[in-house]
Amino acid sequence: MRGIYKRELKSYFYSMIGYVFIAFLVAFVGIYFMAYNLNMGYPYFSYTLSGGLFILLLAIPILTMKSFSEERRSKTDQLLLTAPVTLGQIVWGKYLAMVTVFAIPNLIFCLFPLIIKASGQAYLKVDYWAILAYFLLGSTYIAVGMFLSSLTESQIISAISTFGVLLVLYLWNGLLDFLPTNAGGNLAGVLLIWSLLVFAVYQMAKNWILAAILEVAGAAAGVAVYFLKPAWMEGLLPEVFGKLSLSNGFTSVVNDRLLDISSLFLGVSVIALFVFLTIQTIQRRRWS
Amino acid sequence: MIEVRNLVKKYGSHLAVDHLSFVVEKGQIYGFLGPNGAGKSTTMNIMTGYLGATEGEVLVNGHNMLKEPEEAKKRIGYLPEIPPLYTDMTVEEYLKFAAELKKVKRAEIASQVEQVMERIKLTDVRHRLIRNLSKGYKQRVGLAQAVLGFPEIIILDEPTVGLDPMQIIEIRQLIRELAKEHTVILSSHILAEVREVCDYVMIISKGKLVASDTPDHLEHLIEGEETLELEVKGSRRQAESILSGISGVKEAKYEEQGGMTSIQIQVADQQEIREELFYAFAEEKCPIYRMQISKATLEDVFLELTQNEREDILKEEQPETAKNREEGADHEGDL
Repeated sequence: MRGIYKRELKSYFYSMIGYVFIAFLVAFVGIYFMAYNLNMGYPYFSYTLSGGLFILLLAIPILTMKSFSEERRSKTDQLLLTAPVTLGQIVWGKYLAMVTVFAIPNLIFCLFPLIIKASGQAYLKVDYWAILAYFLLGSTYIAVGMFLSSLTESQIISAISTFGVLLVLYLWNGLLDFLPTNAGGNLAGVLLIWSLLVFAVYQMAKNWILAAILEVAGAAAGVAVYFLKPAWMEGLLPEVFGKLSLSNGFTSVVNDRLLDISSLFLGVSVIALFVFLTIQTIQRRRWS
Repeated sequence: MIEVRNLVKKYGSHLAVDHLSFVVEKGQIYGFLGPNGAGKSTTMNIMTGYLGATEGEVLVNGHNMLKEPEEAKKRIGYLPEIPPLYTDMTVEEYLKFAAELKKVKRAEIASQVEQVMERIKLTDVRHRLIRNLSKGYKQRVGLAQAVLGFPEIIILDEPTVGLDPMQIIEIRQLIRELAKEHTVILSSHILAEVREVCDYVMIISKGKLVASDTPDHLEHLIEGEETLELEVKGSRRQAESILSGISGVKEAKYEEQGGMTSIQIQVADQQEIREELFYAFAEEKCPIYRMQISKATLEDVFLELTQNEREDILKEEQPETAKNREEGADHEGDL
């Protein structure tokens, strides 16, 4: 794993990608910093950082796009997969290298609160928690981007699909407002999601009897709940999806000065999930 | 060393490898021979653990590629068809990375990379970026990567494709060098290459092993087919009547053109009938312009085996090549 990590990290600086990524993030956050903190005199750097949230949507795909797709296109994955290392080591090595590149601008951000403090009142604790939450949020985005990169041979498709998914994650809370809150609408939503899950199971197992049984059982359970306890259905989807909002942890630090431990767990779980999915994607391709 | 048992690989409904089984013994150069798309690369990819097989298993020194992948992979060096090079690295950096990947001990990495660069003659280009190297040098870097860690088995997928003649000779020399210390398996669709380099040839067609033996034995396989080519001055009818009086002629094909007739004679039981032919034609005042025995080459064997649908007959016979030779005439029809 160490070898892969080191090579991957260096490769970001052989090409310009690493430098461009760091410069891009630091420059944009720097502009916000100048506008909010220096010109307007607002003492919280965390607020500035929330302006830099949107920049992640553009920067993370640049970082993750080549991670696995380029490897596949140039056939260098043959070297990695025939070497005496496990797939887990390969994926974690690459992931940690990307996280390390992302850590560099975050370390630079750590200087900004000190600049604020040098010229007056500063709230270091909140600011540093915000930087940590920002770093964790970016790390989950990296895991998502890496997974999407493992699905394709094209860096462009990888970058654009990552941007699309991250945009949905960014707008998550706003999109949830469009979800129905009445019981009927939620039932329809639950049935739709269940059907999609059953379809995925069918794709994997190729057993239509199993799929039919699952579909009927799920639908029956949903309809039963709808008629017996309609209150359970009301607002079910917005609530469940609301819990899965990745950026909530960061915004609660910024807006409410609250450190939400559950969102830390959510972030770490999402990272683990997408690393796992990446491993599975590569593994499955070898057997298909 | 390597045992492949009943390997099957399906891509959707396409059968790329069809119940392939063979054993590779220590210290020889093995050649996988087959037309493009015969399943050579797929087989090699499965043997090295890059792809999973639909059925069957690969044992490397008793280690199952699926159950103990790390133990098995440690014993194999692999150069795929397209060398897996990170073109943004220099040769030395790349080889050091490859050595680390192959679990070479930290203290030995530098010296081993040095040793391998020396052996494969890469020392001159060690500080150059791989992307700026010529194709021949890239192939060498790929070869060096396969040798690192000094695995017992080195697998090379079409190692000379796309190289110029000089580079091909050099790479072949390197392969022969390597074979002194490693077991080498290489694939090729070039017959001359396999004939020249390999001690043992396995012919693969449509995912099946259709023959495996030394190149010499394989050539004997269809020696019963020995043909005599003849060019005489005279008409076809004349030639036919002369040949009908000669007992050793099993079958003959004629082609008449401008007063000349060229004849292809299949001789039964490898009899020597040239003298008889000479006198017979001389008696009829029908001069022979050319007479030549054409022996089966590896090329003929290859074409026979890969184009003929009667592979199964051969597969049963191939362990008994010696017997085959004695009974060559009986098998003419089969082949």
